[in-house]
Amino acid sequence: MARLSMVEAINVTLHELMARDERIVVLGEDVGKDGGVFRATVGLLDKFGPMRVIDTPLAESCIVGSAIGMAVYGMRPVAEIQFEGFMFKAYDQVYSHASRLRRRSQGVYGVPLVIRAPYGAGVRALEHHSDAPEALFAHVPGLKVVIPATPSDAKGLLTSSIEDPDTVIFLEPKRLYRLFKEEVPEGDYRVPLGEARVVQEGDDATIVTYGGMVSVCERAAQHVASEGVSAEVIDLRTVWPFDIDAITKSVTKTGRLIICHEAPRSLGVGAEIAAQVAEKCLLSLQAPIVRVTGNDVIPPLSKLEEYNYPDSEQVVRAIHETVQF
Amino acid sequence: MRQMTKEDLFQVMDPEGQADLAAIEGISEADRMKMYRLMMFTRLWNTKALSLQRQGRLGTLASVRGQEASNVGMGLALGPDDWFCPAFREYGAMFTRGAQPVKLFQYWGGDERGAAPPENSHMLPVCITVGSHLCHAVGIAMGAKIRGDKIAVMSSSGDGSTSQGDFHESLNFAGVYKLPVVFVIQNNHWAISVPLHQQTATETISQKAAAYGINGERVDGNDVFAVYLTVKRLLDLARSEHKPSLIEMVTYRMDDHTTSDDASRYRTEEMIGPWRAKDPVDRLRKFLIANHGWDDNKEAELQAELTAQVEKSVQDYEALPLPHPTEMFDHMYAEMPWHLLEQKDRMLKRLGETAR
Repeated sequence: MARLSMVEAINVTLHELMARDERIVVLGEDVGKDGGVFRATVGLLDKFGPMRVIDTPLAESCIVGSAIGMAVYGMRPVAEIQFEGFMFKAYDQVYSHASRLRRRSQGVYGVPLVIRAPYGAGVRALEHHSDAPEALFAHVPGLKVVIPATPSDAKGLLTSSIEDPDTVIFLEPKRLYRLFKEEVPEGDYRVPLGEARVVQEGDDATIVTYGGMVSVCERAAQHVASEGVSAEVIDLRTVWPFDIDAITKSVTKTGRLIICHEAPRSLGVGAEIAAQVAEKCLLSLQAPIVRVTGNDVIPPLSKLEEYNYPDSEQVVRAIHETVQF
Repeated sequence: MRQMTKEDLFQVMDPEGQADLAAIEGISEADRMKMYRLMMFTRLWNTKALSLQRQGRLGTLASVRGQEASNVGMGLALGPDDWFCPAFREYGAMFTRGAQPVKLFQYWGGDERGAAPPENSHMLPVCITVGSHLCHAVGIAMGAKIRGDKIAVMSSSGDGSTSQGDFHESLNFAGVYKLPVVFVIQNNHWAISVPLHQQTATETISQKAAAYGINGERVDGNDVFAVYLTVKRLLDLARSEHKPSLIEMVTYRMDDHTTSDDASRYRTEEMIGPWRAKDPVDRLRKFLIANHGWDDNKEAELQAELTAQVEKSVQDYEALPLPHPTEMFDHMYAEMPWHLLEQKDRMLKRLGETAR
């Protein structure tokens, strides 16, 4: 085991997977010589050469579109979009083709493609560099959306995503890239898609979250523990299709649900979680569901950034609200 | 790199069917007959499809009449291991890749199961979102180059697609990476109601190739020999030297954009008239009469044979069982996730059925 940050874990995973599967190709802007603007692909060009580590022209649509073609041809492309805010140039390729080609060809062609992108706020970045657009991808029939919260999960989930026969949108919370290091399993390591992780067990309330908000919710759970409130924290890991059993099992046990994401509040992943819980275990609930989320606003620049995404204090208040209902 | 002007138009057979015999020496009599047969079949299939649509027996579809030479010529030029990425007005090219007429009826009749490409056809499904499939041709060519496979990839799209960002991005990728890809533009002069001169200010479409450092050529798209020879030569160049090309095929959309369109709102008979005299099927027939002993009897025989084939495919199409409503859940993912299993189950309940 080595102590790695998330971005190092991603880099190590790409190195290991590319060494054992020559179908894997990495492409994107500045992924080669520069090693990616966050250094996630550093060293790959030297090791695997320009045929498999491809610095592309500045053209997101054709990065994803050509990756679709490569996937159809039997390769396993991993496309990097430099920031989540630039993914929309490629949205037509994702929406009209990557997600549909399996069905449009009646199963003759699949699109085993991973689209990686740095994701979310918290690094005082420029405009279009702090967005949380996961719902815009989760809502597309045929896609899977994965957001890791730890370096180990980044490795295990990226491995499963690259091995998955369908297209996975793999969003990497940039605030976690170098926030902390942990022991990451060496060699083959998989975290199955669609399986949530119980970060912390508890009996009084369930907090469902993912990505950059997991550590925020963990801190809140630790805080209320000192008050004698036991909160269960669930990290979805796969945002869609999410682990419905893990959610309903926990809510059935605790009777209270808090959902936390940094993405805009309305019509987001939290809304779907709330709807599923209402359909499947409403009568287990002893209090209204509480959402702690970003606002329905354009992510503010650095001066107001911290006021938009949830912090531990807000989550603590939400726990109080639901427990004291 | 010299830019193509309107004067550049490769033609080996004029509208009267008079051909430069030396230029077409490499095309055997059997191949010439095959071209005629496929072009005639495409026209008969297309005519039948339009009539089925008018009778409510088929959905909306785009007529390919007038573009049979471009379609069949480019399709026959492909090698068996080459890949083809069509748009949606390419029935003729698809027939050359083994597409089953009954499957095309099935798809355009509203049943997705008809969209399955034939096995080993190396052909993508039709592309409706204009020009986006050029990126896929690029990706397939990148895959082939990475693996060292000696194949070429061809896309086909219309003049409207050259206005798309994906056209620019794809040609740029092809130039930068020196990919084995040929982009065919069937310039039929219309993107629904918008004429070519409102689509682009360049004199020709082929001259756009210069901006990407790739080869650009311009051919008479109603001359099947010119189309075939040009595509074949440029596919060979792509395969052997990794030189990409843009080919403009100058042709004309003789019918409405689709069966939902009314072209009389934006174009006149005077505009179409000159193109009737350039008809690609008539042109090849005149050539065959002059050079290969083709006559009215043979023509009648062929038409009867192909019409019977088309009619048989209509019968087969109409005898197909309807898709089960739960078919819509198939092939969404390699493995059906829980939410779709739930929704499929809900569908079965709606139908009063139990899980199959």
